[in-house]
Amino acid sequence: MSNHTAVASETSRVFHFILEELKPRGPWLTPFNVISIPIILTGLVILYFRFRYGLGAVTNLSQGHPWGLWMGFDVVTGVALAGGAYVITFAVYVMRVDKYQSIVRATVLNGFLAYCFYGGALLFDLGRPWHAMNPYIGNNFGYASVLFLICWHFALYMVAAFVEFSPVIAEWLNLEKARRFLKNITLATVILGVTLSLLHQSGLGALFLMAEPKIHPLWWSQFTPVLFFVSSIYAGLSMIIFEGTISHKAFSHLIAPKNHHAFDDIVFGLAKGAAITMFVYYVFKALLFIHEKQWDLINTVWGYWYLVEVIGFVLIPAFMFAFGHRHRSLNIIKTAAIMALLGIVLNRLNVSIIAYGWYEAVRYYPSWQEIIVTLMVICAEIWLFRWVVNRMPVFSASH
Amino acid sequence: MDRRNFLKTTLAAGGGALVSNDVRALELRHPEEFVGILVDTTRCIGCRSCEVACAETHDMFVPDVLSDGALAQPRKTSERQYTIVNRFDTEKGEVFVKRQCMHCHQAACASACPTEAMNKTLKGPVIWDGDKCIGCRFCMVSCPFDVPKFEYNEWNPKLVKCTMCFERQAEGKKPACVEACPTDALMFGIQVDNLEIARHRIYAHPDKYVHQIYGEHEAGGTGWLYLSAVPFDQLGFRTDLGRTPYPEYTREFLYAVPAILFGVPAFLLALNALADKGEPAEHSELGFHPDEGGQQR
Repeated sequence: MSNHTAVASETSRVFHFILEELKPRGPWLTPFNVISIPIILTGLVILYFRFRYGLGAVTNLSQGHPWGLWMGFDVVTGVALAGGAYVITFAVYVMRVDKYQSIVRATVLNGFLAYCFYGGALLFDLGRPWHAMNPYIGNNFGYASVLFLICWHFALYMVAAFVEFSPVIAEWLNLEKARRFLKNITLATVILGVTLSLLHQSGLGALFLMAEPKIHPLWWSQFTPVLFFVSSIYAGLSMIIFEGTISHKAFSHLIAPKNHHAFDDIVFGLAKGAAITMFVYYVFKALLFIHEKQWDLINTVWGYWYLVEVIGFVLIPAFMFAFGHRHRSLNIIKTAAIMALLGIVLNRLNVSIIAYGWYEAVRYYPSWQEIIVTLMVICAEIWLFRWVVNRMPVFSASH
Repeated sequence: MDRRNFLKTTLAAGGGALVSNDVRALELRHPEEFVGILVDTTRCIGCRSCEVACAETHDMFVPDVLSDGALAQPRKTSERQYTIVNRFDTEKGEVFVKRQCMHCHQAACASACPTEAMNKTLKGPVIWDGDKCIGCRFCMVSCPFDVPKFEYNEWNPKLVKCTMCFERQAEGKKPACVEACPTDALMFGIQVDNLEIARHRIYAHPDKYVHQIYGEHEAGGTGWLYLSAVPFDQLGFRTDLGRTPYPEYTREFLYAVPAILFGVPAFLLALNALADKGEPAEHSELGFHPDEGGQQR
């Protein structure tokens, strides 16, 4: 019976601890709050109209453009940018590269939150979100559907990422036994997570395979799944550099001086990885271009736009990463990371929105409401990220 | 009766009365074949009776065909109308073309759907089930004919498209548009029979028709077939869709999934074992080395 009481008192301790931690901390009038609170409130009002009067009330979606910013940016782009989690966990747990240990927790947290919020944003875009559980339950399995696969992989990956992060939560709640157990299953969940990431990163590309007659030939390829997977690697690495740089400024009081210094070395390693994957991606793009004999498409407006993406935001940042790595220039690397991220945004939006239905007279462009809701999702994610890192040992270890 | 005899007797009986009036008798003869509809655009007079019959049958917006002037501009099907008739000025004068869902043999929308809400029935019609649909609109993205339409201005939106009057067929009736057509421009029947009838018309009148049956090969073959006197690109049809059934585009990817799902973890486990430097297990913990410290909480 004493065991029983011990569990009960432990549960009550954890419960009270969480209640205490839920209270807000720190000053309210920070620049981020001043910007993000109005965005979130406006976004909520827009969502009321969206669910009351339908998607047409707040979006510019049309019969010819069934997917817009919420699908093209929040889901297709957001998931690519969250690719850092599977790349880093692969390096640290599978390949046992200890150098990146200190960024694992923040990266996994970012990946997990990104999937929660971007997967959550999908609910705004679904016309009948109350049926969102249908792919998971009952006799409704669309086995032949790429989207069915992605639904399942999103859900499973979120579980895997949560388990990968859970030792931090156990540490925060001071649950030593749980922490040891969760730590022991980390390798298995990492392997599951890497495999699922490989499949759904490429699966997001496979979504557009059947849209062959609608997407401009420069952006449609039967190898889009491979391109999406390869580019998600450098998207993730660039995002770690970008997000890590901001975190090291915004949360510098949480980070041990030793890790501040180690981060520069980590950035150089990430830059090298990004440069290599970007060159591979570029060569693959070039081979596809030559193989498909698309020379006559280049001297058009679409061709110039394609060159902006592939030369301006893939090849040039790839050289900048390589140059920055060789000459130990953090500034060049950080600029390259931003350019590479813009290149990913450009590529995903080109495939899913801009070059989709390129022949149509009426073009899609997002409404201000779609943009506000997208910003709301990003702000809400940052809020939760900030809440977690201010309480849990994300940037530091307590044991 | 085999198909050859069937054709012989029915063709002898005259082109218009080819198809039995009882739908169920048709299905008994070819229980394994899809049903379909043959559109002979040379017979269509643009009366739009099909539009009206369709709307009335499905309790939808009924167009005012006498005075709405809708033939002035080519239209698309919409969330209000399963079917529309367009007028085209061609090298052989004005031609009217009815458009609706093509009911592909291997439907892109059905293979795109994560919940099988879009479903290719065994009889041939592709139908939508609102109890399953999550409203992702992947069917719209995937459909090469841009057919499924979405009710953007409803809180509880439906995916809207022609059902080939699936419910009427279950009652032994023909689709409403076919029944309403005054000129036999529309002919309901077993798809393979329709194909032979279409070929027969082309062979019998080689100067009247272009020698192509739209829908025979397009997107792997469709339930609706079209005959025309002028090339199909003059009638608003896409002629660049290819002969590949659209689900084939994603098949290779989906086939690769089980290989990756089981092959990659095995590979990663092996890599992990190879990367073992013989250090204590504590190193595989999420986070820092125990001795690394950091901020104490």
